[in-house]
Amino acid sequence: MKTNKITNDNSVKAATRRWAPLFLGPVVIAFIIGFVWPFIQGIWLSLCNFRLISDAEFIGFENYLKALQDASFRHAFWYTALFAIVSLVLINVLAFAVAYALTQSIKGSNLFRTVFFMPNLIGGIVLGYIWSMIFDGILSRWSTSILLNSKFGFWGLIILMCWQQIGYMMIIYIAGLQNVPGEMLEAACIDGASRWQTLFKVTIPNVMPSITICMFLSLTNGFKLFDQNLALTGGQPFNIQPDGTSIKTTEMLALNIFNTFYGSSSSSQGVAQAKAVIFFILVAGLGLAQLAYTRKKEVQQ
Amino acid sequence: MKSHSLSAEGRRKTILSVVLAIICIIYVLPMLTVVLNSFKLNTYVKTDTFALPAGEMWAGLGNFITGMTFGNYPFAKSVLYSVVITVVSTFLILLCTSMAAWYIARVNSAFCKLLYFLCVFSMVVPFQMVMFTLSKTADQLHLNTPWSIPVVYLGFGAGLAIFMFVGFVKSIPLEIEEAAAIDGCGPLRVFFSVVLPMLKPTMISVGILEIMWVWNDYLLPYLVLDINKYRTIPIHIQYLKGSYGTVDLGATMALILLSIIPVIIFYLTCQKHIIKGVAAGAVKG
Repeated sequence: MKTNKITNDNSVKAATRRWAPLFLGPVVIAFIIGFVWPFIQGIWLSLCNFRLISDAEFIGFENYLKALQDASFRHAFWYTALFAIVSLVLINVLAFAVAYALTQSIKGSNLFRTVFFMPNLIGGIVLGYIWSMIFDGILSRWSTSILLNSKFGFWGLIILMCWQQIGYMMIIYIAGLQNVPGEMLEAACIDGASRWQTLFKVTIPNVMPSITICMFLSLTNGFKLFDQNLALTGGQPFNIQPDGTSIKTTEMLALNIFNTFYGSSSSSQGVAQAKAVIFFILVAGLGLAQLAYTRKKEVQQ
Repeated sequence: MKSHSLSAEGRRKTILSVVLAIICIIYVLPMLTVVLNSFKLNTYVKTDTFALPAGEMWAGLGNFITGMTFGNYPFAKSVLYSVVITVVSTFLILLCTSMAAWYIARVNSAFCKLLYFLCVFSMVVPFQMVMFTLSKTADQLHLNTPWSIPVVYLGFGAGLAIFMFVGFVKSIPLEIEEAAAIDGCGPLRVFFSVVLPMLKPTMISVGILEIMWVWNDYLLPYLVLDINKYRTIPIHIQYLKGSYGTVDLGATMALILLSIIPVIIFYLTCQKHIIKGVAAGAVKG
């Protein structure tokens, strides 16, 4: 019987294999065009001097040195890191609080959930313009604008991201909170634990997997942010340096790379591509750290 | 009497409800501001952003009418292109990646493993890494029209879709397909009549993730499409604000309102699926 099954399985596999061009073909071709080839070419071009692609000339790691020496890139890195950490803390604390409140079987929790999640579906460009109108509407009373002060730009973007992302993280937290075993909560109650004790000693340890996922998600979202940054401030206000170059004070990494590629004064496609590779290593590093961390957790469980 | 029957627990829940209701109202205010300003004359949008569009501020449908041809580009055209790109891309991604994922999970050859690894890898690569080379490649291959850009979306978006489909196919017992094969079904029929119906829940999740991604995407179509001819809604709105000279904020808000309404209708009609799909994508991505 057993051998029979294996040969049968193999013949099914063999029959399927004959159809490989149909099943795999479209994805493989599109994947090469849309990802594999641009990725390899991107790595190669980061080591070249070029304006178009045909004129590429190998120069080694010079682009990387220039990228790391670029003051605007370094500013964008620290700005992005600060933004990612502040938004991570605020979004997760608020999203957890809302999710915790919504799982207390209160009236209208479905309606609240619907409303809180809604901003998530609106695109970044549109969100940026909605909020730039709102902030300017408020700030115009003091005859200023979100484009005039980098502090406004920073906190404006934080408020925007909170508004957009809290609902999203809330959904993940609600799923986590619903999986906390009811017996554990009852046991804590019988043992006379206070509400806060139950929250910190029973609930939070049980939703740790959700907390990890949400923290990594908001961190990578913060690092990769582009649309909202472009639409809300576009990097303004600009700060003119002594050497004549200007630093866009609210410009994040993704926008900095975009401006290095396509900005009007750009003569440095190679440097831009090197920045893109550095950016990729940063973001992929965060992603792999998340993967490794969740794997380790799964093994422990 | 009534207040006596309320326990401390009940009172706590009422307070919580009230607090959440207040947050809820604050949450809706930005949307409401868009509605208010889309009916307001341009000059008042900046000075009286939060006032009702009453009296001399009232613009009626004027903003919507100017918005239609605003920015030297018909808004209806950008809506059409957004719809075409989103529908075709999502359809293409769902069909091609589900087929590929089934093949990868079932045949599992060395090539399949490599492809699967590359797909997972592509999920951690930010778009900025490939944007320059991808837009040049797409240009060379004439993938710069709304009808051909779905190929680019299939390529760059295949990772997450294949990852989610493979995960689901692996959870389907092999026996069902074997039975179909013994009954004389070829691989094509096995896939389309047996596997595809079972994939429906994952199809919906992946479909919603792709729709939301493609519909709201700005940078990829901006770099790939021939911008003078083809604009999607996000590109169009970015052009209105980014263009030189005075910006008609009233008309911009009218267009933003028009572009949000279908999204909200879509959300309210399939809310359950959307929330489920987004959560699935988050946990796995």
